[in-house]
Amino acid sequence: MADAARGTSETPLLEVRGATKRFPGVLALDDVQLELRKGEVLALVGENGAGKSTLMKLLSGIYTPDAGEFRLDGEPVEFTSPKQAQELGISIIHQELNLMPDLTVAQNIFIGREPRWGGWVLSERALNAATRKLLARLHLNLEPTRLVGSLSIAQQQMVEIAKALSYNARVLILDEPTAALNDGEVEALFDMLRHFVSPSTAAVYISHRMQELARISDRITVLRDGQYVGTVETADASTQTIISMMVGRKIAVDRRPDVPERLGPTVLSVEGLSTRDLLDDISFDLRGGEILGFAGLMGAGRTELARAIIGADRTTAGTIKVHGEDVAIHRPSQAAAAGIGYLSEDRKKLGVLVDRNVRENVAISSLSRFARAAGVVDTRAIDAVTRVQIETLRIKTPSTTQLVKYLSGGNQQKVAIAKWLVRDCDILIFDEPTRGIDVGAKEEIYALVESLAAKGKGIMVISSDLPEVLRMSHRIAVMCEGSLTGILANADATQEKLMELATFRSDESVVSQ
Amino acid sequence: MTQTDSTAALRAVSGSRAPANGLLGRVRGSLQQFLAFASLIVILIVFSLLSPHFFTPTNLVSILTAATVTGILALGTTFVIITGGIDLSIGTGMVLCGVMVGVFLTFWGWPLWLGIAAAILFGGLLGFINGFNVSILGIPPFIATLGMMLIASGLSLVISGTRPIYFPDQPDFQNLMNLSIIPGVRFPLGVLIFLIVIVIAAFVLSKTTLGRYTFSIGSNEAATALSGVDVRKWKIMIYTMSGLFVGLAGVLSASRLSSAQPTGGLGLELEAIAAVVIGGTSLQGGKGSIIGTVIGALIMAVLTNGLRIISVPQEWQSVAVGVVILIAVYLDMLRRREQTNR
Repeated sequence: MADAARGTSETPLLEVRGATKRFPGVLALDDVQLELRKGEVLALVGENGAGKSTLMKLLSGIYTPDAGEFRLDGEPVEFTSPKQAQELGISIIHQELNLMPDLTVAQNIFIGREPRWGGWVLSERALNAATRKLLARLHLNLEPTRLVGSLSIAQQQMVEIAKALSYNARVLILDEPTAALNDGEVEALFDMLRHFVSPSTAAVYISHRMQELARISDRITVLRDGQYVGTVETADASTQTIISMMVGRKIAVDRRPDVPERLGPTVLSVEGLSTRDLLDDISFDLRGGEILGFAGLMGAGRTELARAIIGADRTTAGTIKVHGEDVAIHRPSQAAAAGIGYLSEDRKKLGVLVDRNVRENVAISSLSRFARAAGVVDTRAIDAVTRVQIETLRIKTPSTTQLVKYLSGGNQQKVAIAKWLVRDCDILIFDEPTRGIDVGAKEEIYALVESLAAKGKGIMVISSDLPEVLRMSHRIAVMCEGSLTGILANADATQEKLMELATFRSDESVVSQ
Repeated sequence: MTQTDSTAALRAVSGSRAPANGLLGRVRGSLQQFLAFASLIVILIVFSLLSPHFFTPTNLVSILTAATVTGILALGTTFVIITGGIDLSIGTGMVLCGVMVGVFLTFWGWPLWLGIAAAILFGGLLGFINGFNVSILGIPPFIATLGMMLIASGLSLVISGTRPIYFPDQPDFQNLMNLSIIPGVRFPLGVLIFLIVIVIAAFVLSKTTLGRYTFSIGSNEAATALSGVDVRKWKIMIYTMSGLFVGLAGVLSASRLSSAQPTGGLGLELEAIAAVVIGGTSLQGGKGSIIGTVIGALIMAVLTNGLRIISVPQEWQSVAVGVVILIAVYLDMLRRREQTNR
């Protein structure tokens, strides 16, 4: 790997100053800087929502910045479209791959630039030959004529990287490239990266895996809450340093929940739950009146766990007990019947029906209760029940017939909660309950969740916001890459400890009650 | 890291499961076409056993003749369906193109070749409008072409004055479809045109940029656009090309009947789409082939013809075709489910 110190005297390959990007209601990037030196691998780290992806999308021309100065080789540039950024030599490998599964490896790599005769007749032979040459140069043993859809994720990623490099990229940006790779595949990726980085090129590597950063990166830049925190030489930085930079001191957790002295009986027991793709042997108990937080980084498998519990995704192993009895849950309707309600992180798509009114939303999960003879729905009964919920949850709506899309995010969330309360669920799974909800309304949601727990409901709360997890949860389960890496009592938990469990794949899990 | 280590690691990535997957993937990909072909053979054998009048040169040619018009519509719409789109306007669009032949040749007295060429280009214009509506205005293909279906249906009646248009000045026009080109057997020119068009469509789909982007758009439209392909332009081209096939089908259909019939055509689009789907082209896009569509069109024609020969009432023929479509699509779903669960 190139000597990082050497780069200082030269013009950086890529320089960003004062990058700012605002989305409605969110300042995603606030005056962020970045310096990428020639010949280095720069790691970019930060919690979920720190602004890493937004910054990369500015660099690859997907987003337009509200402010900021970008220099490539010292020359001011603007990135206006993915194609233009690519022509300038910046290639990005997104987390979700951008490939055409029904085309071959060669067809994917050279899409839009196929060798042809007379402008429109393809030369498949020249295409495959060019691909073979490219793959050989990259030391990749892939068959150009294989369909991309038949390749493993790792191989598909290799195709994507080969495609990026075939544009003669000088800056290669990899967004969490190892999330789906096994150890051998990670090695191969690193090898390729080392081949790529030369005195005139450089790579930006986004990852959560601390051990990897130590091995592959020269320097590490940390972002937090859309702001630039700092850059350190990898050789000088300990994992502890990086983690405290990521977490910061800004969010001193001012409040912790009052953990009840006595909890109710166990309402939900998950034992050895696994899925084919991600979850690996997840076991935990949830008691009545308890709020169990689930912390972890993007892709840790928390939402997948919730989906597996409610039967939305197929499981390969494991049992679920509700009130001590085995239940077979293969479909969400069975979970609802067993008293498990799930509030999706994607509220607008999966949580509420935005184009329907409040009372229809409240009743949707329990319609059969309101049905009279011949399946006719008793609107008056629904209205009455909805009024009760509007009162108890303090939903701000002018009427029971207001369309849900006109309510604020917090009130939409309450409508979703009301839906499950009407259904009489004893177990509620909240997935990112405060996403897209403004700060004031967040406290209200916290209080509501606490009052539900106080009524004896067992509650799982998935949140990517560590202070929020610490604010709400009686116990905190931490997940990393499909495994449960630890369960901590709130009193024992700190942001640093949680982050450590969330970034390390450790074989010894820490479990305390 | 030593060289040996890294090579081993690379092999671990690139070589893993390669042979089994590659072969299996390829077999799966063509399974539907194989099934379609096998069913075609089985149906042929069954009808041959049931009736001595079925497997005769004359009847086989008449099956081909019956398959020609729907088949040409199906060829064009195969491209559209591979992009993940749909074209409901091909049936009534074809009728309108037939009426336009009548307008050009009979009302306006154009020379034969010009009238034919103009009618085919007119089909291309209908396709271009579809493509524009889908691609530039962003109207979903189902709706955009549903609108065109109704427009074409109405215009045919308006332009023709609801009466068939005959071709008194162009007695040769009917030869386009019906002229027998092989002495002894009644092998019509139209069938030869069908065969030529099949070859052209197969070439375009598998050997040209248009064909490549057809698959690419259907496989992952966003990724195709991110790769710098002008997806909007190519979608317009694909719908336009489908329109040219519609124009040709309209001309052949009018020639076959020696008149431009302003009614009918409704339902033909579904027959063509059925042929495409039976042939293994996925309505979700990304997968499909010309040969599959041809087999699909032949299965439809053979079923109709065979059931008639063994004297099954026409009502039941429709039922049989419906069952075939359901089975074909169910098999496709099975294949797909297996792939996603892999």
